[in-house]
Order: sequence, then structure tokens, then C-alpha cells
Amino acid sequence: MTTGINISRKGVGTAALLALAAVLPLAVTEPSQQNFLILILMGAQMGVAWNIVGGYAGQVSLGHAVFYGIGAYTSTMLLLTLGLTPWIGALAGGLVAAAFALAMGWPCFRLKGHYFAMATIAVAEIMQILVTNSDALEGAVGLYLPMDQSGWGVLIFLSKLPYYYVILGLLVLTVLVSWAIERSHIGYYFRAIKDEPEAARALGVSLTRYKLIALTVSAFLTAMGGSFYAQKEMFIDPGSVFATTISIKIALIAILGGVGRLMGPVLGAVILITIEEYSRTLFGSTGSGTDMIIYAAMIILVAVFSPSGVLGLLGDLRRHLPGAKPAEVKTSAKEARP
Amino acid sequence: MNTAPLLAVDGLGKAFDGLVANRDISFIVHHGEIIGLIGPNGAGKTTLFNCLAGFHTPTTGRIAFEGQDITGSTPEAAAALGIARTFQIVRVFQSMTALENVMVGAMLRNKRVAEARERAEDELAFVGLSHRADTPASDLTVSEQKRLEVARALATEPKLILLDEVMAGLNPTEVREASALVHRIHQRGIASIIVEHVMEGIMPIAHRMLVLDYGAKIADGTPAEIAENPAVIAAYLGE
Amino acid sequence: MTADILFQVLVSGLLIGLIYALVAVGLTLIFGVMDIVNFAHGEFLMLGMYASFWAFALFAIDPIVALPLTALLLFGVGVIVYQTVIRRILKAPMLSQIFATFGLMILLRGLAQFFWKPDHRLIPHSLVSGNVAFGPVQFGLPQFVAALGAVGVTGALWMFLHRTRLGTALEATAIDREAATLMGIDGQKMFALAWGIGAACAGLAGGLIATFFPIFPEVGSNFILIAFVVVVLGGFGSVTGAFLAGIIVGLIEVLGGFLVGPEYKTAIVLSLLLIVLLVRPRGLLGKA
Repeated sequence: MTTGINISRKGVGTAALLALAAVLPLAVTEPSQQNFLILILMGAQMGVAWNIVGGYAGQVSLGHAVFYGIGAYTSTMLLLTLGLTPWIGALAGGLVAAAFALAMGWPCFRLKGHYFAMATIAVAEIMQILVTNSDALEGAVGLYLPMDQSGWGVLIFLSKLPYYYVILGLLVLTVLVSWAIERSHIGYYFRAIKDEPEAARALGVSLTRYKLIALTVSAFLTAMGGSFYAQKEMFIDPGSVFATTISIKIALIAILGGVGRLMGPVLGAVILITIEEYSRTLFGSTGSGTDMIIYAAMIILVAVFSPSGVLGLLGDLRRHLPGAKPAEVKTSAKEARP
Repeated sequence: MNTAPLLAVDGLGKAFDGLVANRDISFIVHHGEIIGLIGPNGAGKTTLFNCLAGFHTPTTGRIAFEGQDITGSTPEAAAALGIARTFQIVRVFQSMTALENVMVGAMLRNKRVAEARERAEDELAFVGLSHRADTPASDLTVSEQKRLEVARALATEPKLILLDEVMAGLNPTEVREASALVHRIHQRGIASIIVEHVMEGIMPIAHRMLVLDYGAKIADGTPAEIAENPAVIAAYLGE
Repeated sequence: MTADILFQVLVSGLLIGLIYALVAVGLTLIFGVMDIVNFAHGEFLMLGMYASFWAFALFAIDPIVALPLTALLLFGVGVIVYQTVIRRILKAPMLSQIFATFGLMILLRGLAQFFWKPDHRLIPHSLVSGNVAFGPVQFGLPQFVAALGAVGVTGALWMFLHRTRLGTALEATAIDREAATLMGIDGQKMFALAWGIGAACAGLAGGLIATFFPIFPEVGSNFILIAFVVVVLGGFGSVTGAFLAGIIVGLIEVLGGFLVGPEYKTAIVLSLLLIVLLVRPRGLLGKA
């Protein structure tokens, strides 16, 4: 079966990528560079998680920071008050975020397009204000993780390397979930809802149910990313995990790579984080504005010239190369099927 | 077999902000029947479809499907019960191939992707689109997209299919093919209600015709009766 | 709570609400005409503030006197933004549109930071300064003048939209784009005009508040979310609706801040946004 060969070729590529990611820290030993790799993996994980609802199901959330923040605050509070290991704390954070997603999605999914996007911004902004003014959560001061402990139990490490492998593991998990959804009937339903919601309903697809599935799964995974952020930074405050800029960045990573494509956000994260970090180190982050200008110019260029992201752009290029005719390859693949 | 008629519509009316689109429409559809639904533009045919398929909640009246009251049910519930539809302005899933479009329909009865694929291949063959299976739906011609919608609807294993102007814009050969397709749907035991302006496509195959004018049913009978009905002739001449 | 304090609160709410209305009319016009949400709208306001600041710092022109200049300048900025970026994304997916204007927002902030430093600046000794007192109620003269100016500009815009040929064409496009196109209205021209006028309104709002509000590159973020709320509440595309909604939002913000606590005033306004979206998505005066 040709599709089988296609999948396994994709599989080989993914396996090679994974192997490369696994051995990369052996070559990159400088802590600041390892930190850079961790940032890429964190961005990729958030982007892949967002892609489930924003890409496949086409429900553009610009408030994903609310899930990220819930994850970070839940695991951290459980660690600080109950001494609960972040391994369980991250799962708890995911569950809280998923429950929140259900409660928020139920009314908000009656809205479409811009209206839904705006509602998600509002929800995240309100949450940020509430947390900032919550004494129980230390408000604007933020929460510090214990400095006197380290190891796999509390998921706090003195070197970068363990963090690298933890976030790599979380990214792999997130990609696997996304992949499983893409291949199942749920993935087909998501795309149907995105393309033609009314036609999907006529075929028996409950819009509310499947949009809620998308948002809940996405929220769960995003919250786990938030928990990881808290473990790595050992400090969180409302501005660092609930800000709308984070929501926008999460969506941007997916859009940059290509929405609704499994590995699109991973590519998006590599590009975005690299440009972000290099423009920061090259031009300094102390308010010259240059890093912002470069970042913004890139966003506008992608939005204007390649709405389908870099993966879409690569696809277009391939189609325009002389001799390459993917449409015909596809047809012959079909005929070759037994 | 169920003794209740497949579909019983009783006194159905639908108004939008006071504008009456359907008024006091009653009719019955039996299992496997082919019903032609005709009427001048704006007569309320698509509104009636939307009420039957759960897209509109009727303002008055009842709709019963196999004896079960389905008035005001959701489209997804209607689909699950066995009412499938196509759209007047085609709504294929643009980002998917033709086959994938039909798979989404097949998934209503079987969530396994591989089995839905087999089912979808059968339905594509049934409407004569097998050779286009892996073509992106957006690359199909409009007439192919209309057939794709029929295949997609059939894949949900309906007992009643609502076809909204599937013959519009087709050339005479294609109209004959479309008529043959409707007949083959009938042979599978599926009833159909067909909104159509193309009389030479619908008259030879319909068992019964319903005629709407200004939102109300003005005639209900065999194609031969309808053709000689003064009210129908007046409605069409008055257009 | 005494009647005096309540009255004082209501007047403050009304004054700030009129400014919100002016920021939002431009946003709602752009949205109404082409279904694009302009995330960079607060940055037009920021540019208006800087235009006033430099007119004052370099040429000693008072912000109030400089208003026509500010409007003209921002009209130009709006048209340029439309011609260079927006024109290319009219048919793009919604995501691309959101990110194009979001990118513009960061770009304008970055440019402001690059050229003018991130410092907070103030315009001292404007023509309008000091306080005014009406019986027991006191408010700043700059706020009062800004609110008056906002009423004047919104009124002028309303007259333009309803009393001139060009304005009627624009309003028609905002109310029903397809019908307007059928009537032979040149969509592209209307789009550019909407961006020019929208930016000019935001710039005028910036010029009006420059007399009492600190000027810095990210100042727009204080207004953009509020402006969204006003647009939604007023009904997308409705200038009259935005005007009324601006006042309502100003009143609710100040009153809510007074009753619940100033730290929650934005949360209260955003909750209003959610409620309106869920209960009456077309807003007060929006089309169904």
C-alpha cells in the first residue's frame, strides 16, 4: 500500500528527528545553548498543543495562556502547599485546565471566528487580573519554587540537561496525541468542522462536542507545558504565564510553521525562537526595539505572503520546481494500491 | 417493516422575523418513494428542507419520522435518525480529498477509519467518482462536487435523502445520468425528496410531486396530475 | 456613598467614555467596512500622541492646536498601512488577518521604541491644564477638553457618514458590503478611506489625551481591549453604537472600579464583553 509507504517514510523521518533531538545535547554542552534548545522544545510543545484546536478544528484561541497559567499555578501550588511531586501536579494542572476549558468552551463555542478569538482573549485577561489580585496565590509577587531541593522527585535540577529530556518527552507525548487524533475519526471531524460546519452537522457531527474535545485536549497539554515552565524557571507570576502575549506567541508558532499540520508547529518554534533569541542577543533586549521590529516584520511577512505557513510555502516551492508533479504522483499512488 | 409512514409533515409553518417562508404544509412520504418538490423561486422549498433536516425549528406544525416526533431536532440528530441532505450551494470539505469527504459521512455509522474508507470507496463508485477519489475536493468541477455531496450523504446510510437542486447547471447527458442516479438510490430502498427546477430531470422519475407557492403547498400528486393542475400552471405562468 | 461622590464618579466615567468612543469609532468603521479586526488600533493612538509630543517639543505647537496636523498625519499612516499590508490580506484566512494587524501592532511599538526610546514622556504646560469645578464636582480641564473634542470629532464623523456622498458610500459599505458593491461603490477606495479615517480618529484621540496622559510606545495597550469591548457592545460597524457604548463602558469602568476596586475595573469591562458576546453578539445597535 502506497499510503503505508508514505506513512513509514514520514515515520522514518520522525524517528531520525527524534534520534537527533536525543543526542543533540551531547554536541551542545554550553548551558546557555542548551537553554536555547529547551526554549525551542517548549515553544514546539505549546504550538503542537494549540494546533489541535486552532489548527485542525479551526477554532482560533488567542487565550491559551489561561491554560498555560493554570498548569503552572496548579502544579506549583500543589508542590508548595502539599509537597506533591510535579509529576502528579502537572497531571492535576492538566485536569484543572481541561475542566476550565469545558466550562469556558460551552458558552464560547456559540461564537464564531473573530468573536470566539476575542472571547478567549477576554477570558485570559480576566484570569490574569484575578490571579494578580489573589492573596492565596501571592498576587503580583508570584510564586517561588523551593530552592533547597533538587532531583527527579521534585523535578528541579541544577543543570539544564534533565530539563531538556523532560520537555523532549513532553513534546513527544504531545505530538503522539496530536498524531493519534489526526489519524482517527476525530481528526476528520475536526477538519470537517473547520471547512464547512453546517455540512458537518448534516453528516451527524456534533459541533459542540467535537470543539469541546479539541479545546479540552489542547488545554490539558498546554497546562502540562505551563507546569514545565514553572519547574524550569522556578518562579512564576501572572505576567509570565497568563499574559496575552504568550497566547499570541503560542498561536504564532503554529501559524508560522503551518496550521493543521502535525509537525508544522515544531518547525514554527525552531524558526520563531531562533529569531527571537538571536535578535535579542544581537541587538540587545534593553528597549532598543530592534528585536521587536524584526519579530514584527517576520509576522507580517508570513501573514501576507504565506498564510499556510512555512510548510505550506515549502509545498508551494516543491510544486513549482521543474519536473515535480505531486498531483500525478498521487494519482499513480492510488492506482498502485492493491 | 414499520407501518408508520417514513415521514409525516403536519401543518408545518416557518416564519423569519414575521416573514412567512412556509405555511401550513402537510404531506407524507413513504419508504423508498421519490418525491419531486417544485415551485417558483422563493416558494419556500429550501426552508422546508432546512426544517426537515433540523437546520430550522418550525414555527408551527409537527414533523414525524417513522412515527417519532422530530420537530425542532438538531441536524446531527436528524442525520443519526436517517435523514441526509445535500446543499443547494455545494459545501464540500475543501481541504480534503473526495474520498475523505465521503469518509466523514461514513463515520456516522462506523468510527473506524479503515472501514469508513471502504464504505466511502463504495459510495464514490456508486455516484461514478472513483477515478477522482484522491483529488482534492476543491479541484472537482461543480457537477462533480454535487455528486460528491450525494455520495457523502448516502454514506450516512439514510432512509431519506433530501437533494437540493442536484441537476441545476448540468447538460442534457448529465441530467440523464443524475436521473439514473436518483433511480438507483430508490432501488436501494432510500426515499428521496428532490428540489429541482429541471423538469425534464425530475418529472420522469418522481412518484409524486409537491408544489409550493408563496410558502404554501398548492398541489400534491403524480407528475401527470401536476402537469395539468390549473393552480400549478397559474403559479408558473404568473412568475 | 453620597450623591456628590456618585456624581463625581459618573462625570469621570462619562469623560473617559467619550474618549473610548472616539478610539472605538475608527475601529468599528474598519471592522464594519471589511471584517478585519485591527489589533494595531491602539498604536495609531500612540502615534497620534507622539505627533502631538514632537509638535510641542520641536515647534512649541500646543497639542490642541496641532490636532488637524495629527489627524492628517494619521490619515496618511492609515492609508499607507492599508496599501502596503491590509490590501494583500483581504481574502486571506482570518488567522492571517489577525496576525498581520498584530504584527503591525508590534512593529509600530518597536519603531516607536527604536526612534523615541521607551521612556514615559509628558507634555507640560499645555494650553489646557488645571481643574474645573462645577459645584462640588471637580475634573481636570484637559480631560474635559478631550471629552469635548471627542464629541466634536465623533459628531463630525457622523455628519460625514450621513450628510456627504462619500460618507454615505462608506457607511453603506460598512452596513452591507455586497449591496454597496452592487450599487457601484468602489470597494478598494472605501477600504483605504476607512483605514485613513479610522487611524485619524485614533490619532485625534491620542492628540486629545496627550495633554494629560503619559506618552510611551506601549500606551496603546491601555486602550485596545477597551476599544474592542466598545465595538462589540455598540455592534460591529455601527458608529452611533460605538459612541453610546463608549459612554456606557466608561461609566461601567469607573463605577465598577469605584464599587469593586480599581484593580478589577478592566476585569469588569472584559466580563461585560463576554456577556454581550454571549447574550447579544450583534451588540446594541449592530445588524443581526
